Amino acid sequence: MQHKVIDTQDVVIRFTGDSGDGMQLTGTLFADSSALFGNEISTFPDFPAEIRAPQGTVSGVSGFQVHIGSKEIKTPGDFCDVLVAMNPAALKANAKWAKPTATIILDSDTFDEKGIQKAGFQTTDPVAELKIDDRNIIFAPITSLTKESLKDSGLDPKTILKTKNMFTLGICYYLFNRPLSFTEKFIKDKFAKKPQLIEPNIAVLKAGYNYAGNIEAIPNTYNIEPAKSEKGIYRNINGNQAVAWGLLAASEKAGIPLFCGSYPITPATSILEELAIRKDLNAKTLQCEDEISGICTAIGAAYAGNLAVTTTSGPGLSLKSEALGLAMITELPLVIVDVQRSGPSTGIPTKTEQTDLNQALYGRNGECPIAIIAAHSPSHCFEAAFYSAKYAMEHMMPVLLLTEGFIANGSEPWKIPSMSDFPSITPPIIKEAEEQPFWPFKRDEERLARRWALPGTAGLEHRVGGLEKNNNGNVSSDPLVHERMVAERAAKVQKLADFMPEQSLFGEDSGDVLMVGWGGTFGHLYTAVKELQSQGKKVSLAHFDYIFPLPKNTEQIFSNFKKIIVCELNSGQFADYLRARLQKFTYHQYNKVQGQPFIVTELVEAVNNIL
Amino acid sequence: MIKYTPQDFKSNQEVKWCPGCGDHAILASVQRAMPEICDALNYTKERFVFVSGIGCSSRFPYYMNTYGFHGIHGRASAIATGVKVANPTLTVWQITGDGDALAIGGNHFIHAIRRNIDINIILFNNQIYGLTKGQYSPTSNLGMVTKTSPFGTVEHPFNPGALVLGARGTFFARSLDVELKLTSEIMVEMAKHDGTAVTEMLVNCVIFNDKTHSNITDKETREDKTIVLRHGEPMIFGKNRDKGLMLDGMRLKVVKIGENGVTEKDLLVHDAEIDNPGLHSMLIDMKYPEYPVALGVIRRVKDKTYDDNVRDQVIEVRAKAKIKNVDELLRSGATWEVK
Repeated sequence: MQHKVIDTQDVVIRFTGDSGDGMQLTGTLFADSSALFGNEISTFPDFPAEIRAPQGTVSGVSGFQVHIGSKEIKTPGDFCDVLVAMNPAALKANAKWAKPTATIILDSDTFDEKGIQKAGFQTTDPVAELKIDDRNIIFAPITSLTKESLKDSGLDPKTILKTKNMFTLGICYYLFNRPLSFTEKFIKDKFAKKPQLIEPNIAVLKAGYNYAGNIEAIPNTYNIEPAKSEKGIYRNINGNQAVAWGLLAASEKAGIPLFCGSYPITPATSILEELAIRKDLNAKTLQCEDEISGICTAIGAAYAGNLAVTTTSGPGLSLKSEALGLAMITELPLVIVDVQRSGPSTGIPTKTEQTDLNQALYGRNGECPIAIIAAHSPSHCFEAAFYSAKYAMEHMMPVLLLTEGFIANGSEPWKIPSMSDFPSITPPIIKEAEEQPFWPFKRDEERLARRWALPGTAGLEHRVGGLEKNNNGNVSSDPLVHERMVAERAAKVQKLADFMPEQSLFGEDSGDVLMVGWGGTFGHLYTAVKELQSQGKKVSLAHFDYIFPLPKNTEQIFSNFKKIIVCELNSGQFADYLRARLQKFTYHQYNKVQGQPFIVTELVEAVNNIL
Repeated sequence: MIKYTPQDFKSNQEVKWCPGCGDHAILASVQRAMPEICDALNYTKERFVFVSGIGCSSRFPYYMNTYGFHGIHGRASAIATGVKVANPTLTVWQITGDGDALAIGGNHFIHAIRRNIDINIILFNNQIYGLTKGQYSPTSNLGMVTKTSPFGTVEHPFNPGALVLGARGTFFARSLDVELKLTSEIMVEMAKHDGTAVTEMLVNCVIFNDKTHSNITDKETREDKTIVLRHGEPMIFGKNRDKGLMLDGMRLKVVKIGENGVTEKDLLVHDAEIDNPGLHSMLIDMKYPEYPVALGVIRRVKDKTYDDNVRDQVIEVRAKAKIKNVDELLRSGATWEVK
């Protein structure tokens, strides 16, 4: 058979297997290799909450999808060109994501009677049962070939089996003409302290690569040229890492040490982990006894003059609600990061959703408006975190940053910025006051922010607390004082709109349909709007990073479109919010609450339905 | 060095506790101790931060002319921890009550102690919820009749000192609201202690739980019903200084000096600094009438504080750090260049 190399612009690969099969690592290595090669990439880890769910069952299947291309890539892709399934259960759970033209690579050693039965197939022929006979199916004896290639290594059988993901990776590297060098280096670094594992892992990687080259089942391999990206130094980054780094960047800019009080919770935990290793940059982290302590230690740290942060996910935000009110009424700077996941209650902890918006907007007692910023992609988390911290400190108020499991775990290449490109951060810290005694809640006219008088400063001793007070700091239950202070605090949040960037548009300033979105759905909405525009449709996209307050030009943008459709991964929370704020418009909705990201085609169809 | 007087620590706010409330006396004791603390440790007033939760006692920070934070119910330990970690040069005091620290805030209370963070916790124990007008608290005695226990509580109370020991506490003291001098003395000891210092103040609620501690606080008989422990001194008590404590097998025993051949030399000598909490536990558990109630500094042991450990780790990590700023951080690890 003639071997052919086909040039293609983009390809989607989905690695699936048992949660213990190392699919997350395999996918990450493939993505990183492709990024280093110069491709655009977008990744989507899709895994169960269980660390090691029952082996061989559908509930234990873990997946990692990566989209690589020489063109602009904004989503991890709807359906895959290549599906790797390490066992029958993985095939069963993921066959629906394979394109009709897909190549499916299976570990034939796992497709025995027992494995097929465990996956819940009714027949002994999974391929026929799933009606995927027409796909290019490659049955590769991955397990036995891995064993064979390490039979003289002296390693125990369990350790040998653990390397079979490298065999799979080797097959994929051959299929897509990727260099092995990056992964070889990774293996050397990872096993620096267990050098006896370096050679076997590299041997299996090469065995997989060579196997793919030798069998005739792979007639074609693919070539994806490096993308024509902007010049610069790039790295791969996921959303949680970007949040942590954005906060560190703000701490450095402001010259104020960072404190993070937090409690581990999926999918936010890795922000705490990332900050915990950054003692070199003066970051202090405290793994608290609970979520409430997470925010309360942060409030204490804010009072004492740190850039205070607490990180969590939906259930944790619920626990923090009361303290969030305390941060608001004491008018202290605080960044609360909510990495949203599927709810309510424990919900589906590892799956993505945008269902905490109502909680973020309204989930507190009393009149308690809090500024809300949403990150729209893994790398945008850096900027979103930086500005959350900047606004919190300069405007003396808590800022809630919403991200999502999808962008928190997903990664993309990021052109590394220089810190000199970012604006300064100048919190209103004072060393002395004109008035005597000091009025802790006196405001500046521009921002309506109070001043930050840090404990340790002589002459500015003052008390703050959750009780209503007058601007002089004295506790007051005077009805008119209360009403005025409620209004002042609300006006301060609203005032932020004067300092935020205006809302931008993708597409023409006017048209038939305006797609509206917010947060981590950006990649899908952007790809959908580009597709609609290429079909000649008069559709634009307004994707909101600033949720509360809304950008000042929002009304003006909306008024130039015949129809507005709000697309979000909930039942219509942002749409309802817009209905309350900008009542004169009619809002169509496209919603999905499945714990899964959008699919581009469904968005295109939704817009076409109202065109 | 600035010479302070108690007056310097009084704020301009009107004190709004009920007339006759034990909290007034504790406020006076603390304000009286402040100048002495400043003298002993070379502190200035602006370094003091008083943090509280919710409850009658938690209004305390408003009455101190220092930095202060009136928090939310139960969370004072967490807020105080944040203040101290953010700026270890501050001297942080937590004011809390039996409901605030031991019910809603129990988790934060024990974890602050476990971490041995350098804060001073004054726990006002009046065995009742006062601000919500008379419901039983986690320290109310079994059977106590309150609005929410009209037939008597069916719950066993916490002994705050036992909780402190259980959380590996390094400092525990006890005093009475009416013992102003002893309270001030203990406050100075708390300030000197590195690590979490807890003092249980037995305090009277004149409205909802009047005379709850009166069996030991009445002036006439107080000296016979309490014992003030001082490190290195024999455990003697009584109006006539004629009673003491001895060990009888595994238990403490009250003895009379001069009876059955007992002399002062036979009495236990208080060792607050012994690491083993066995005897401290027995002293904390002593209840009247079988025993005198123990007052003073019962336990004061040295151990590394959370603050020390954080500082040491930061110094160690930063000495070896390769990354010095965010620009270097962003360029660390795998990167590639597009030309």
